[in-house]
Amino acid sequence: MAFAASLRETCSRMTTPDSLQKTALFAAHQKLGARLVDFGGWNMPVQYGGILEEHKAVREAAGVFDISHMGEFFVRGPDALTFLNGLLTNDVAKLAVGQGQYTLMLNEEGGVIDDLIIYRLKEDDYFLVVNAAKIDEDWTWIEDRDAASQLPNFSRENKSKFFSAVALQGPKALEIARKFFGEGWPEPKRNEITSYSWNCQPVLAARTGYTGEDGVELFFANEIAENFLAALLTAGEPLGLKACGLGARDTLRLEACLPLNGNDLSAKRTPLEAGLGVFVSLTKAADFPGKAALLKQKAGGLKEKLVAFRLKEKGPPPRPHYRLFLGEKPVGEVTSGAPSPTLGYGMGLAYVGIEHSEPGTALELEVRGARVPVEVVKKPFYKRAA
Amino acid sequence: MSNIPAQLHYATSHEWIKVDGDIGTVGISDHAQAELSDVVFVDLPKVGAKATAGAVIAVVESVKAASDIYSPVSGEVTEVNADLVKKPELVNKDPYGAAWLFKLKLSAPDEVAKLMDAAAYQAQIGE
Repeated sequence: MAFAASLRETCSRMTTPDSLQKTALFAAHQKLGARLVDFGGWNMPVQYGGILEEHKAVREAAGVFDISHMGEFFVRGPDALTFLNGLLTNDVAKLAVGQGQYTLMLNEEGGVIDDLIIYRLKEDDYFLVVNAAKIDEDWTWIEDRDAASQLPNFSRENKSKFFSAVALQGPKALEIARKFFGEGWPEPKRNEITSYSWNCQPVLAARTGYTGEDGVELFFANEIAENFLAALLTAGEPLGLKACGLGARDTLRLEACLPLNGNDLSAKRTPLEAGLGVFVSLTKAADFPGKAALLKQKAGGLKEKLVAFRLKEKGPPPRPHYRLFLGEKPVGEVTSGAPSPTLGYGMGLAYVGIEHSEPGTALELEVRGARVPVEVVKKPFYKRAA
Repeated sequence: MSNIPAQLHYATSHEWIKVDGDIGTVGISDHAQAELSDVVFVDLPKVGAKATAGAVIAVVESVKAASDIYSPVSGEVTEVNADLVKKPELVNKDPYGAAWLFKLKLSAPDEVAKLMDAAAYQAQIGE
């Protein structure tokens, strides 16, 4: 009985089929010696040197990640706000020009289609950044909602194919960005977005990220992607900047308990169960898909909840789909799990019955037929010093 | 270019075995450790466990994933490398030396002839 991937599979990931989509930074990754893997249909760098050293660079200095595979949508016009508030969970009306917010797009049952960040670029001009694997599904959903809304005065564009993006993250990220852009760069504050020009090309800079560190996410045209990354690395290397892959991105976001759609979020789980209620406005006037289902779930009380747990002692790291037990009773399934490079213990997220969700609850993790003691802990595992 | 010692036998699933009389010492190749990178946990068999050629006998975990290790030959496990429990990173540092995984008493020594030599393994991994 096989419990895991074989070394044969691990070692054959080097050869990736041509059918995979490539970002404009693909050649740059090859030059940097990246190991490229299939990530949701995209040929992406999982690591350059090693995941541990890249993870450490982001916690202690800075890392830059290719996030060009993510989707970029624009919604513009006088009816844009009304349309978006009838689509997304958070209250878009709370955004001032230049601000962004984390939000979710749900199905009618309250399950998650996608989690995303929406920025208000101008009065009637919104910019949405969505997950790579969900671009088509999100866009189809938006088209359907548009048809149903009958709002006449807005336009929408899926510009995902034309945009490249990198996330610059870490305690030195802002210092590197200032050095890179030079005097006059309008530095965004937390959750803000600004526009600037680099070599006569527009670059959007958002003070957001997916690592638990300070930093910016930078959006620009594919045409300048290679030069942009090369120049950024040159500016940042003296300050410890490293190119980082999706492997480190995953351990970083898990330490910060930032959910990953497809793992921790799904069409069968609501944001209330995922602990994302703060990003859902059930009080805003606008109706949005899933609102009625969430109101009902809230009134009835949650049955299950996404919790963080850690191994009590040194042992095998939790992995997705491992089961949690209380005695002989299965009480939940792991959605994300990994060894924590910063904290040194195995960590995971899992949906468990509400009665087992209190921090301090002792449970057991099933690993290859054996049991390992774990404890439910407060989220997040890692929080950067203020 | 990875290190492929000439005196070892290799399985297509990237394990190596050194045979000394009827005792075999098993580990994973330099190529395999490089592909895994950052080994963080090793699950070893128990002494006395029966190993079957081509069947799962151990697990090596990197940051990213758990990988099954197959026994290259059949036999009974006589010794395991307890150092790897405390220092799993040895698998990355010294895959043919300090990071041997287990030893076994061969029950079908003729199975060794079915494994690859260094040249064949080198060809398999395309180096």
